[in-house]
Amino acid sequence: MSHVTHEDSSGTAPPPDNSWRQRYWKKNVRLMVVLLAIWFTVSFGFGILLIEPLNNIVILGFPLGLWFAQQGSIYTFVILILVYALWMDRIDTEFGVSERKQAGEKS
Amino acid sequence: MNIDSMQFWTFFFLILTFGIYMTIAWRSRVKETKEFYVASQGVPTIANGAAIAADWMSAASFIGMAGMIAFLGSDGSVYLMGWTGGYVLLALLLAPYLRKWGKFTVPEFVGDRYSDTVRVVAAICAIVISFTYVVGQMTGGGVVFARFLGLEAHWAVIVAAVVIFFYAVLGGMKGITYTQVAQYSVLIVAYLIPAVAVSQQVGGFPVPQVTYGTILAELDGLREDFGLDRFTEAFAGRDGGQLDVFLVTLSLMLGTAGLPHVIIRFYTTKTVRGARFSGFWALFFISLLYLTAPAVGAFTNLNLLQGAQGATADDLPAWIQPWTDAGYVTLNVDDGAIDSVSNVAASGADLIVSNDILVLASPEISGLPAPIIGLMAAGGMAAALSTAAGLLLVISSAASHDIYYRMISKEVASEKTQMLVGRLAMTAAVVIAIFAGLNPPAFVAQVVAFAFGLAASTFFPILILGIFWKKANAKGAASGMLTGLIFSSGYMIYTLELFGTQANDHLFNVSPEGIGAIGAVLNFAVTITVSNLTRPPSEEVQEMVESIRYPAQQQLKAAGKI
Repeated sequence: MSHVTHEDSSGTAPPPDNSWRQRYWKKNVRLMVVLLAIWFTVSFGFGILLIEPLNNIVILGFPLGLWFAQQGSIYTFVILILVYALWMDRIDTEFGVSERKQAGEKS
Repeated sequence: MNIDSMQFWTFFFLILTFGIYMTIAWRSRVKETKEFYVASQGVPTIANGAAIAADWMSAASFIGMAGMIAFLGSDGSVYLMGWTGGYVLLALLLAPYLRKWGKFTVPEFVGDRYSDTVRVVAAICAIVISFTYVVGQMTGGGVVFARFLGLEAHWAVIVAAVVIFFYAVLGGMKGITYTQVAQYSVLIVAYLIPAVAVSQQVGGFPVPQVTYGTILAELDGLREDFGLDRFTEAFAGRDGGQLDVFLVTLSLMLGTAGLPHVIIRFYTTKTVRGARFSGFWALFFISLLYLTAPAVGAFTNLNLLQGAQGATADDLPAWIQPWTDAGYVTLNVDDGAIDSVSNVAASGADLIVSNDILVLASPEISGLPAPIIGLMAAGGMAAALSTAAGLLLVISSAASHDIYYRMISKEVASEKTQMLVGRLAMTAAVVIAIFAGLNPPAFVAQVVAFAFGLAASTFFPILILGIFWKKANAKGAASGMLTGLIFSSGYMIYTLELFGTQANDHLFNVSPEGIGAIGAVLNFAVTITVSNLTRPPSEEVQEMVESIRYPAQQQLKAAGKI
C-alpha cells in the first residue's frame, strides 16, 4: 500500500481546537457557491439560455448575448478566479492558516 | 508576396525559437525523479501560469479555433467558453486540494484516495487521453513545416516528432516549464500582432476585441449573400440547437477540469496558495488568445468574403493561390462568378476554404511583411511543441510511476530504473504517434472530442467526490468511472466513424461532443449510490480528506515555531 505523507499532523492536535475548522470550511464553501453561481449565470445563463432575448440589445455593434458568449463570459471567468484567490488569502489569514510567509511563494 | 523571403523568415524564426527552447531545456536538465515530474515545486506562480497556458493551448487552439469560429459564427462560443470556463472549476474545486494532497498525478491521487485498482484504471485512461492529443500535435506541427518550409508531409511530421521528443526527454518538468514560458511568449506575440494589425486596418482601432463588433452588421449581410447563416445568429451552426450547445459547452468545461496534463501542472507550485494563483495566471494568459480568437475569425471571414464578392476564379486575392496549391482551398467555379462559400468539402460551394488556414493566412490576408508570417509559423510550432511535451510527460509518469513502479516492481525499482521506464514510455508514445501522424487518421478532430468526453465522464466526477465527500469509496469510484467510460465511449462509437464503425444518427439531438456531460452526471449518480451501499473508506482516508481542506497547520499567536 502507499504511504501518504501527512503535512497536517492533525492526529496529534488537541481535539477542542478543531471548531475553527468547521467555520473555515463553511466560509470557503460559501465563497465557492457564490462564485460558481456567477460562473453559471454569465456563461450558461447569458451566453446560452438567454442569448436570443439578449441579442436584441446591441452595444457598440455587439448583440449583447453574443458578446457574453464570446467575450463577457471569459472576462468574468478570469475575475472569478482572481477574487477567489484573493478572498481565500483573507480567510487564511483570519484563521491563521496562511502560507504567505512560510514558503516564500512569489505571486 | 515573395515566397523565398517568406521561407527564409520562417526558417529564421523556427531555428531561433528552437535554439531558445533547447538552450533552456539543456540548462535545466534534471536527474531526480521528483524533479523530472514536478520541478521541485519551485516554480513562481506567474511562470507556472504561463507554462499552463502554453501547455493548454495546442495546435488546435492556435491554428484551428479562429477558423472554426469564422464559419460557426455565434456558436463558436462552445469552444471559447468550454475551454476557459473549465479553469474556474479547476481553480476553485480541484487544484488547491490536489496540491495539498501532495502527490504527482491524477492516478496517484485516486490511488491514495480510493484504491490501487482505481489507480490502474486512471493511469490507463490518462495514457489514452494524452496519446490521442499527441497525435494531433504532431500532425499540427507537420502542417506548419509542410506549408511554410515546403517539406514533404511525411518528413514534416518526423521532424516535428524528433524535436518534441528530444527536449521532452532531456528536460523533464523543470526544463519543460521554462521552455513553455518561452513558447507562450512566442505564440501569443505571433497571434496578437496580425490580429492588432487587421483590427487597425479594418476597424480603424488597434483593439480587436472592441472593433470586431463594428463589422458584425456588414459581415452578416455578406454571409447571407454567400448562403451562410448570419454570424450573430445563435444556434445556427450546430444541428442540435440550444440543448446541444449547452451540453457541448458543459462537456468541454468538465473535460478541461479533468484533463491529466493540466492538473499535473498545479503540483509545481510550493503551496496551496500558489496553486490558486497559478490558476488565475493560467486563465489570464489563456484569455489573451481566447478573447482575440473570435475577432480574428470575424475579420478573416469578412476579408475572405469581400475578396470573393463579385470575383471570378481568376481575380481572387493573391493570398488564396498558394493555399489552393497546397490543397486547402478548392474552387468549383462553373458559371464564372463565385456566389457561395463554405468550409465543408461536401457542400459543393463555389469556394471551399479549410478552417485550418485562416489563422496562418491572416498575415497574408492583411498584407503584413514576410517576417510576421515567419513568426506566425513559429507560433504555431510553439503551440504544438509545448502541448505535446506536457502530454508526453503525463504518459511517461503514468507508465513509469503508476504502472511500473507501483504495480510491476512493487515499489522497489530505483530512481534510475523509473526514469528509464519513463523515457522508454515517451519514446514508444512518440514512435506510435509518428506512425499515426504519417497515416493521418481522418478522425483526429473526432478523437479530440473523444478525449474530452472521457476526461469529463471518468476523471472529473471522482475527483470532485474524492475531495468533497468523505464517504466516496473505491467501489463507488470504480463503478462510476466504468459507467462514464462505457456510456460515453459507447455513444461516440455509435455516432462517429471511429475505428471503422458506421456512424449512426444522433439520439435526441445530442452530438458526440456533448455526451461527456451526460456521462459525468451518470458517473456522479453511480459513484454516490454505490458508495452509500458499501462500506465507507477507512478513518485514515477520511481524516486525509478532512486535512486537505486547510492550507496549513493553524499557527497560534503564542505558540507555533514556524
